[in-house]
Amino acid sequence: MTDTTTPPRRVYLDNGGRAALHPLARTAFDQAMDEGWADPRRLYAEARRAARLLDGAREAIAAAIGARTEEVRLAPSHVAALHAAVGAVALGRRRAGSGIVVSAVERAAVLHAAELAVASAGDPDALVKVPVDLLGRVDEAAMAEAVARPGVALAALQAANGEVGTVQPVGAVHAAARGAGVPLLVDAGAVVGHAELPGSWDLLAADPADWGGPAGVGVLAVRNRVRWRRTWPEDAEPWFPGGVSVPAAFAAAVALESVLADRAAQDARRRAAIDKVRAVVGQVPDVEVVGDPDDRLPHVVTFSFLFVDGEALVTELDRAGFAVGSGSACTSSTLEPSHVLAAMGVLTHGNVRIALDRSTTEEDVDRFLAVLPDAVARVRASLGVSGL
Amino acid sequence: MSTGPTAAQPPVPLLVDARGLRCPLPVIRLAAAARDRDPGDVLTVWSTDPAARHDVPAWARMRGHTVVESTVVESTVVEAPLAESTVSQADGATTWAITVRLGG
Repeated sequence: MTDTTTPPRRVYLDNGGRAALHPLARTAFDQAMDEGWADPRRLYAEARRAARLLDGAREAIAAAIGARTEEVRLAPSHVAALHAAVGAVALGRRRAGSGIVVSAVERAAVLHAAELAVASAGDPDALVKVPVDLLGRVDEAAMAEAVARPGVALAALQAANGEVGTVQPVGAVHAAARGAGVPLLVDAGAVVGHAELPGSWDLLAADPADWGGPAGVGVLAVRNRVRWRRTWPEDAEPWFPGGVSVPAAFAAAVALESVLADRAAQDARRRAAIDKVRAVVGQVPDVEVVGDPDDRLPHVVTFSFLFVDGEALVTELDRAGFAVGSGSACTSSTLEPSHVLAAMGVLTHGNVRIALDRSTTEEDVDRFLAVLPDAVARVRASLGVSGL
Repeated sequence: MSTGPTAAQPPVPLLVDARGLRCPLPVIRLAAAARDRDPGDVLTVWSTDPAARHDVPAWARMRGHTVVESTVVESTVVEAPLAESTVSQADGATTWAITVRLGG
């Protein structure tokens, strides 16, 4: 007999920045809880065991992102890594000027840290946000021109945008920044573990929670040539006082090695699934599927439905068993829509953002695509929208 | 040769008052007012919702309309004929006026 009371399996499609924990990360975390619980800075056998796990984690992460081990610092979170990077380089290069040049679609942590840094320097107008096109790609020529102006302390450009998936021209912008002697911070939080990393950067931040590692640890790699000065009190750990959880760091490194081992296969599978989502969703009336359709992250897509309340749509999909993200103002308490969608000039209401995990199956995607058009139609009907 | 004063006057924009409404309602009210108008007609929407400043231009682009102007309203005394009023209270928030010329 069929059990009609069993609810449908939950499908989690909001993996950007907080993916499901990789199974090997869980095993590694447990192992490190047994062997690496001690304070790695102390002088006895238990501490040395913890220190070995921590060193191994930094070494593995360094190898994966193309850095030397001594360039890699572990932070308490991705946000903390970005805050520290922006603040410390802005202060360290104060003599060069107080200017900071960013793309308009950087993560909020970068924008907020940059606003604070220019305000602290007494020069609140020194923050330049370079516009993006309709696909979300920064104006490369405008950014190159902005970093070359006198008085710029720091530039920041993400490797790819985690909300819309569009890959940014990091190589060209880094060449311009290097020519001007300005360090470039690359936020690779949406890219590491999923796509090819740019090889050229001066500071690079990565987010273990985005690739299936545990939350509560972040990565900041800083080339030795970068001048910086802390904006926080002195500590034995120069960048991130107090250090990080050894089990979290170890599990993050194990997860990264695992996801990179079969990245090519996962890339093809998820890229095809997103192509399908883009094609099928594009058939729904009055929808904008945004971001670059080709030069993009393999696993991310976002789209906005005209005349739809984003909060109502997220709730409708949740009821049907699907967890999705949204950049609509209606889904936040701030009234402000996603600054990324706004900077692109695309519709901000009725927005749905999905990021596929390695554990997302084709059947999950098909089921989502089957329920989505009806969910949209129900929300539109509830708003009395027809024939507009 | 001269044309009469009536012919020389620009079309009076219709005003959609969507102050106090949250997204996506300002765009829905504007689209409803635009439904029965002709190409070339000019409509203005007043809103206090920050999302409308982005979504009205996006709607216009999707529908082939043109945004003529987007400004902060200093005085909210109604001078144009109202297409629709929500008789809303604006919470003291900034009111934006976005004017759109309908495409054909």
